Amino acid sequence: MALIKGVLSKVRSGLRRTRQALAAPLRSVLSGRTLDEALIREIEAALIQADVGVAATRRLVGSIREARSSGALTRGEDALEHLKAELKAMWPSADRALRLADTPPTVILVAGINGSGKTTTTAKLAAMLQAQGKSVLLGACDTFRAGAVKQLEVWAHRLTERAGAGAPAVHLVRGAEGGDPAAVAFDACDAAVSRGVDVVILDTAGRLHTQDPLMRQLAKIRDVAAKRIPGAPHEVLLVLDATSGQNALRQAAVFTDAIDVTGIILAKLDGTARGGSVVAIRQATDIPVKFIGVGETPEDLAPFDPDAFVEALFATDDADRAA
Amino acid sequence: MFDRIQDAIGGAYRALSGKGTISEANIRQAADDVRTALLEADANYQVVEAFCEEIVAEALGREVTRSLKPGQEFVGVVHRKLVELLSPPDGAEPGVVQVAPPPTVVMMCGLQGSGKTTTCAKLAAYLKKRGRSCLLVAADLQRPAAVDQLRTVAEQVERDAPGGARVLFYAEPDQVGAYGEAVGVAVGVCQRALKEALRERVDTVILDTAGRLHVNDELMGELERVHRAVRPHQTFLVVDAMTGQDAVHSAKAFHERLHVDGVVLTKFDSDTRGGAALSINRVTGAPIRFIGVGEKLDALEEFHAERIAGRILGMGDVVTLVEKAQEEVSEEEAAALQEKLARGEMTFDDFLKQLRAIRRMGPLKQVLGMLPGVGSALKDAQVDDKQLNRIEGIINSMTSAERRDPSLLTASRRRRIARGSASSQQEVNRLVKQFEAVSKMAKQMAGLGAIGKIKAVRQMQGQAQQLAAGGGFRPKAGTRTVSPKAGYKKRKAKRR
Repeated sequence: MALIKGVLSKVRSGLRRTRQALAAPLRSVLSGRTLDEALIREIEAALIQADVGVAATRRLVGSIREARSSGALTRGEDALEHLKAELKAMWPSADRALRLADTPPTVILVAGINGSGKTTTTAKLAAMLQAQGKSVLLGACDTFRAGAVKQLEVWAHRLTERAGAGAPAVHLVRGAEGGDPAAVAFDACDAAVSRGVDVVILDTAGRLHTQDPLMRQLAKIRDVAAKRIPGAPHEVLLVLDATSGQNALRQAAVFTDAIDVTGIILAKLDGTARGGSVVAIRQATDIPVKFIGVGETPEDLAPFDPDAFVEALFATDDADRAA
Repeated sequence: MFDRIQDAIGGAYRALSGKGTISEANIRQAADDVRTALLEADANYQVVEAFCEEIVAEALGREVTRSLKPGQEFVGVVHRKLVELLSPPDGAEPGVVQVAPPPTVVMMCGLQGSGKTTTCAKLAAYLKKRGRSCLLVAADLQRPAAVDQLRTVAEQVERDAPGGARVLFYAEPDQVGAYGEAVGVAVGVCQRALKEALRERVDTVILDTAGRLHVNDELMGELERVHRAVRPHQTFLVVDAMTGQDAVHSAKAFHERLHVDGVVLTKFDSDTRGGAALSINRVTGAPIRFIGVGEKLDALEEFHAERIAGRILGMGDVVTLVEKAQEEVSEEEAAALQEKLARGEMTFDDFLKQLRAIRRMGPLKQVLGMLPGVGSALKDAQVDDKQLNRIEGIINSMTSAERRDPSLLTASRRRRIARGSASSQQEVNRLVKQFEAVSKMAKQMAGLGAIGKIKAVRQMQGQAQQLAAGGGFRPKAGTRTVSPKAGYKKRKAKRR
């Protein structure tokens, strides 16, 4: 457990650094000012610029207007607190922990569009589970993109090496490039059962949600896993790029339609993007955000923390002003 | 992809065109609709604000209020503004500008996962098709297996892509490091690659750099050093078309460090509304050079502001469609077919050939989406390319005599064809009927002048929309009104 704590605190401090650099300005803009229409417009602009989206922003700003006319809110700070409470209430105690099978192996299916960060996220998940003392098997189901299998292989190798003696190894099951990804998924589940591995993570090829045949292929991968291990996959994680805008909503909807997404991993939150699209997604669907990706090393995966997320949403930086 | 904007602007247009004269308030309302649509499309907040102020000012300044058709005037203003927003500021040519003496050095950069490596391969295929040789350089020493990925796609381009030019690959796999450990090494790799390019006398060098965050000072510094060391003639920023509000921040940061000459928008084949396209060059001043529209190596198109603006406004993208068609069908072939059509001698073989040419142009939905007026009708429709498979199957089950002369198709022959293609007899009947309709229409079209053709195309649009709505090829009886004028033209055409 000490190992996990060490890892977590490292992530936390990394997060704090970025957030401190960004945070505060909006608060200072708002504080001490009377809550008038001009100020509400500023809040609206901040939400839009965090990719929260027009519909969700209208709803949030509407509730501020309402509260103002009822006399509940009079100052800028009040509005900010009101908004934060409203947003945090969107992620109550929804299960943000990873759902594990009662009897191993647990199967986790990782999906997303091209370039959202699936393979890196898969490696991070493996590192996290490995740190918890679980043996992990990676199924390299991305048989399409050149080098994808190799990429995962490098990660498996690095993680195993890094763990050193004592820590569980990270296994890899791969198929031929251009082969059937569902077959790889089956082999991976099969190998996990026979090797007595705790968790299987299936890394799938990136696909645009507009490609019907590829979405059906994803459903096939899921079904094949279920065939080998009843109840699998126990988690279907959609990797979303925090820099993406309102299209993330479509992605969440279509992927959920195809493979019943159980959780979102919001990747690339270490840049200047706020990832506000998950607010819109939460409003439209019921999918919880489980983890966030904040860097390129295996430790850069942190549990989703609504409080910190909402704080960061209202941070403004110089780039916003200059743009 | 711009469907939503089309809807909103279309709505504003309809609202305005219903009024004889309009007030400033009307214009503001319309501009507000446009504003909402653009924001929903992820266009940058500031860009949208400025854009809307400008169109209102311009619309009012042009005294749209007194014009007879204020709605059309307003759409004209929006269109012009969009083109202005999307156009290269200096009127630069699309594509890759070659320098003499070669090699032209192109440096690709961008965030992680934007699609740099894939774009490098597509660019190489694009150049190969135009007879220009290139050297792909693996300067991404950070992401595991990035070098392998580029090597594989480089080999694919060399082997499979059309065109005669050479496609070479340069890498130093032993220089690869874990994340953050190989910083600076890319500089040397790129310099040595450049020497290799001179030795091999290639036309173009494409540098595939590692994806990096614009706020990572160390890695941005490396990029700057590569830039200083190799002095690329063009620096392309690769941006995911689905990017939200943050697009301007990263683009701006890369532009300030490297002076970006061009932008490649990737994943344009998604259903993103693509507001990033509207923001980027307005904020950075860097023009959009290419758009990536699919996973295949040839899925890279030159960016043309007029066309995209036209698509936004529901005017369709006929220019791209025509260009694609020209790539697929040679001029002689087209001329020969034209004659056949005029004589009413189109056969199922010709039909099949056309069908295949269309399919090579891309997924059906994408192709139809370029037709004016069809895009928004297609928004929610499932256009299944598999239907085309069935049609191909049915035609393939015909004998060559039947294909030449559809009148041979008796009921028993149709039964045989249905069995042979695992389809129902109704499906065969429907195809034959459609074929007859098309060949009749083609015959009429061939005899028409330019205006008549446009009219005929308009009529087809109605049918295409119904096809898109999943209703088969035939419009329902009584839902289509033919204007007396069109009827007259048709009769006139027949008399000729």
